Amino acid sequence: MADRPETGQGIGPVPLPGDAADAWFMREVLPLEAALMQFLRRNWRNESDLPDIRQEVYARVYESARKQLPDFPKSFLLATARHLLINRVRRERIVPIEAIGDLEMLGVPSDEASPDRAVMAREELRRLQAAIDRLPQRCREAIVLRQVEGFSQREIAQRMGITEKTVERHLSLGVRALADMLTLADTLYGEEKS
Amino acid sequence: MSAASEMRHDEIEARAADWLVARRVREDWDEEKQSALDAWLEQSPLNRVTYLRLEGAWNRTHRLRAMHQPEANEKPAKAASPRLRNMFAGFAVAAIGLAGLGVYLSLPREQTYATALGEHRAVTLADGSRVELNTDTLLRVNAARKTAWLDHGEAFFEVHHDAAHPFVVMAGDKRITDVGTKFIVRREGDRFEADVVEGRVQFDADDAHKHTLLKQGDTVIADANSVVMPKKSSTDLARELGWRRGVLIFDATPLGDAAAEFNRYNADKIIIADDATARLSLGGTFRTNDGEAFIRLAQQVLGLRVKRYPNETVISR
Repeated sequence: MADRPETGQGIGPVPLPGDAADAWFMREVLPLEAALMQFLRRNWRNESDLPDIRQEVYARVYESARKQLPDFPKSFLLATARHLLINRVRRERIVPIEAIGDLEMLGVPSDEASPDRAVMAREELRRLQAAIDRLPQRCREAIVLRQVEGFSQREIAQRMGITEKTVERHLSLGVRALADMLTLADTLYGEEKS
Repeated sequence: MSAASEMRHDEIEARAADWLVARRVREDWDEEKQSALDAWLEQSPLNRVTYLRLEGAWNRTHRLRAMHQPEANEKPAKAASPRLRNMFAGFAVAAIGLAGLGVYLSLPREQTYATALGEHRAVTLADGSRVELNTDTLLRVNAARKTAWLDHGEAFFEVHHDAAHPFVVMAGDKRITDVGTKFIVRREGDRFEADVVEGRVQFDADDAHKHTLLKQGDTVIADANSVVMPKKSSTDLARELGWRRGVLIFDATPLGDAAAEFNRYNADKIIIADDATARLSLGGTFRTNDGEAFIRLAQQVLGLRVKRYPNETVISR
C-alpha cells in the first residue's frame, strides 16, 4: 500500500523471503534448463545421473539465492553445475573423457537481445505443442482437459470415464513427463534461431 | 551410488507431483493440507526445487488456453471427430504446424462471436441464454458443453438456469460458474473482472484452493498475481452496465480513467498529457462514440488545452 521509505546505499545483502526466492527461481532459473542439461550432457557421460545432478544444482542455486541473488543467473547456474561436477569426479575417483570446462559457455552473457514478442510467443507455442505431443495418451488427455479447457477434476473424471483419484494419477505422471518434454522441446526448437 | 540417487530423485519427484496436482485440482484443499505441503517443502531444498520445477511446467501450459483459438472454426478439422478420444489419437498425425494445434485444441460445434471497436452486439444461445458483447470483444461458445471462453473484451451474460448443467465462462485461468443469474465478465490481458448483477455465481482462479461464491452486487478483480473483492455500490454497478445502453457514466471519475474508457470504444484516441491532469475529475453521461463531447467539456469546463492530431487528441493543462 504505502510506499516503502527510500533505503540508503551501502546496505548489505538482505535474505530474500521464501516467496521471492521461489518467484526468482521460476522466472530466472527454470527457463535455463535446456542450457543446463546441454552443459551437463557435454560434461558427464552417464545420462542416468543427469536428473539427479540437475536437481542438486537447482537446490544449491536456490539456497544461495536466498542469501543473495546472483547478478547473472545463467553464469551462476553453470558455474554451480561445474563445481558440482568437479566434486563428483573427485568423490567418485573417475575422470570423464571430456575435461570439465566449457568456459566459453560460462562466458555467455545472460542478457540476450530480446526477439520480437510475437515470434517468441509463436515459438513458445510450438515448443508447448511438441511437449504435449510426446506425453503418454491418457496423461495428455487429462492435462489438456485441465490446462487447456479448464475443466474441474470431477468433470475430467466424467469425460474420461475414470475416478477422480485416477485423474490425479494421470495429471501427476503427466506433469512430470511434461517438465522433461518441455526441456527437450526447448532444446529442439529453442536453439535453432541463435 | 548413482542408482541410489536416481531412485531418490524419482521418489522426490513423484511426491512433488502428487502435492502439486492435489493443490491445483482438489476442491477440498484447505489450510491444514497447505501447512503439510509447506512443511514438506521446508524439509529440504531438493524438495522445494523439484516442486517449483513441476509447477513451472504446469504454469507454462496455461498459455495453451489462450491458444484455444477460433481459427479452427473457419477450417473444420479432419481430426476433430465428435469423440474426444479419437481426436487425441488423430492429433499426432494432424498436428504438424501451428494450425494443427488450433485444430487439436478446438472442439466441434464451437461458435465464435466478435465485435469491432465501438460495436455492441446481442446474441441468444441455443439454450436460451442471452449474451451481450461490448466493444472489441472475442467470445467463443460451445453450447453443447455450456461453456464460453472470453478471449478478450467484455460481455454481459443472462444465463438460462439449469441446475444440472451450470454455465461456465472461462477467461484465461479464471472461471465463473453460473448458478442461475446475470453477470458481466471483462478481460484485458491479465486483468479480469466479474460483476454479479443478479443471483449468484461461483468464481475460481486456477491456483486458488477455494471456490468463492459471489452474490448479487459482488465484484471480483484479479490479475496474474492477486484477487481482490472490492465493495461496489449499486450505482457503481449501474454505471458499469451503461455500455449496454451505449453510454458511459462518470461520477467524479479521474480524467485518465474516463479517457481510457472512451479509448476502448473509439479508434481516435484521447491522450491525457500528464498525471496531474489525469487526476482531475469530472462527471456526466456520454454516448460511447461521442468523445467529442467529453473533449469539449474538458476544454470549456475544466479550461484544459486541447491539441488535435490525425488519430488522437491530447489534453493538457
